[in-house]
Amino acid sequence: MTSTRANRPLLEVRNLRVEFPTRRGTLVAVDDVSFHIDAGEVLGVVGESGAGKSLTGAAIIGLLEPPGRIAGGEVRLEDKRIDNLSAEHLRRIRGRQIGAVFQDPLTSLDPLFTVGQQLVETIMTHLDLSEAQARSRAIELLREVGIPGAERRIDHYPHQFSGGMRQRVVIALALCAQPRLIIADEPTTALDVSIQAQIITLLKRLCREHGAAVMLVTHDMGVIAETADRVAVMYAGRIAEIGPVGEVIRKPRHPYTIGLMGSIPKLDRAVARLVQIEGAMPRLTAIPTGCAFNPRCPKVFERCRHERPDLMPVETNHAACWLHAPTLTEATRG
Amino acid sequence: MADGSTPPGGPKSGPLLSVRNIARYFDVSKPWLARVIEGQPRLLLKAVDGVSFDIPRGQTLSLVGESGCGKSTVARLVVGLYRPTRGQVEFEGVNVTALRRRSELAPIRRRFQMIFQDPYASLNPRWRVRDIIAEPIRAHGLMKDSGALNRRVDELLRLVRLAPADGEKYPHEFSGGQRQRISIARALSSNPEFLVCDEPTSALDVSVQAQILNLMKDLQRELGLTYLFISHNLAVVFHISDRVGVMYLGRIVELAESKALFAAPQHPYTRMLLDAIPDLEMSGRGRTPVAGEVPNPLNPPTGCAFHPRCPWANERCRREEPVAKPAPNGALAACHAVEERRIPEKTG
Repeated sequence: MTSTRANRPLLEVRNLRVEFPTRRGTLVAVDDVSFHIDAGEVLGVVGESGAGKSLTGAAIIGLLEPPGRIAGGEVRLEDKRIDNLSAEHLRRIRGRQIGAVFQDPLTSLDPLFTVGQQLVETIMTHLDLSEAQARSRAIELLREVGIPGAERRIDHYPHQFSGGMRQRVVIALALCAQPRLIIADEPTTALDVSIQAQIITLLKRLCREHGAAVMLVTHDMGVIAETADRVAVMYAGRIAEIGPVGEVIRKPRHPYTIGLMGSIPKLDRAVARLVQIEGAMPRLTAIPTGCAFNPRCPKVFERCRHERPDLMPVETNHAACWLHAPTLTEATRG
Repeated sequence: MADGSTPPGGPKSGPLLSVRNIARYFDVSKPWLARVIEGQPRLLLKAVDGVSFDIPRGQTLSLVGESGCGKSTVARLVVGLYRPTRGQVEFEGVNVTALRRRSELAPIRRRFQMIFQDPYASLNPRWRVRDIIAEPIRAHGLMKDSGALNRRVDELLRLVRLAPADGEKYPHEFSGGQRQRISIARALSSNPEFLVCDEPTSALDVSVQAQILNLMKDLQRELGLTYLFISHNLAVVFHISDRVGVMYLGRIVELAESKALFAAPQHPYTRMLLDAIPDLEMSGRGRTPVAGEVPNPLNPPTGCAFHPRCPWANERCRREEPVAKPAPNGALAACHAVEERRIPEKTG
């Protein structure tokens, strides 16, 4: 938990809960999620499909698709609550203070307008600049994200760009107003490895140079490993483990993280078989009682089936797992 | 350098599948009238342009490359979904591409099957799983007796670690990983010896991917299957393959034993791909971002197609197209710089 700190984190999420009311009852997609991100820090959020990682990002920027809604908790940006703002107010914060980069660069760009028109419009919405100034800033941004021939390329339409170049344009668009926080949801998933490396390097550089905080949502542990400072591993709507990226990757504490790391094929050592986590992530309609991972967990014991674990400190990490409960060791002692 | 010696299958005793100089061009020109009015020539996209490889029985050969390199087109050429523009596919020495009549093709078709990438699109949502799996058996008329057919489907379901009762369900009741198991059961139903797997785990989460890769390896051992595996993921390819072919713009630029390829990559493109992989162990290797992108295949560069992105390119590379020649790690590499020993060996 983040308690009293001298300088408040840039983004603070406390006990966030996202629900989807349906005819058959309410589905809880994000359940009691808390974390913070400091300025200049990259927090990776990993998990498999359905873990709630993208919804957490969408909830923070206020882009939850109805009927999904924030049912509890709070989101604070630079110590101001943003989860209870009006749609209009939130729209101004989005773009000005929070930039978003999504997986598919084509859906983030309007095919009917040139890249320049879209950049200029966004810049003029958020910054007090004339059109000429906005245009020169747009060219500058395109150059910054590494688009060759930016003066010429600014008048091209999205379809005239390749996938990697398009994602650069989307990043330029997200950076228009120099936001304090960038939420990048699977920014490299649709791209080839060689292009992926370029985009990751770019995101990292921008984060360092602008002092922005980045929330990087992805299912790709490799991308997290080289970009993030800290990583949160999500499972069935909750954070299973959170900690410094090197610790989580090399010394995972939660059995789910251990299985997840083992199931990734690696290039530096050949194994006959990959570690296999039996079964699949539960559906939202059937989340097990107690720890949501208990039916698949190799180390499950009685308490896991009834009681839900919260994040508990384990050396440098925090893991939501009864194996690490302080009471367990005390109980065995006396 | 790694041991670039003989494959684990022992000495070569006639490969199961042999692809000879295969090519497939697609005509992407505008309609005839538009072409005449605008005075434009025909436009050919050379998706695959002269690819050759062998796969010995019981082994796995993977083709890797970035999007648009032609790897999926090769898979479709091999199973006969596309007709090659030139070149041939030999199955146990029989030239399959020359067979036209259904009566000649059917017995060979039965012996190879394909698994597709998207388990959501490749299963008919209106059919029960039992019927989906039985379809190849019915199509090839392999079993007339319905009792025997049902027993065979049960056996196949168990083979892919599902329960016989799952046969009565519809595809939507299964997760992505389970659907891919159903696809595998369907592919195995006609008792094939050879499976073409086109990105079978790309749509799956890593933990599910691990389950499917383990299953595929187990099945290969149990049933003596031979795989042609198509993927863009180098780590997956390293895990599953005996040999690997790296493709770039419709050609294989390097073909080698899996271990040798990953320990000592020869072709500059292979080196580049390996350098671009995120480093999970964080050994401080850092990845080297690559300059440039895959060129437009409609207008490929002259000489070696990789020369605009290659740090070792010289005048000869711009002019002359390289052919595959043996390289130091026992690989075949199509590169002038490798042939002339212009590239320093990688250390570490």
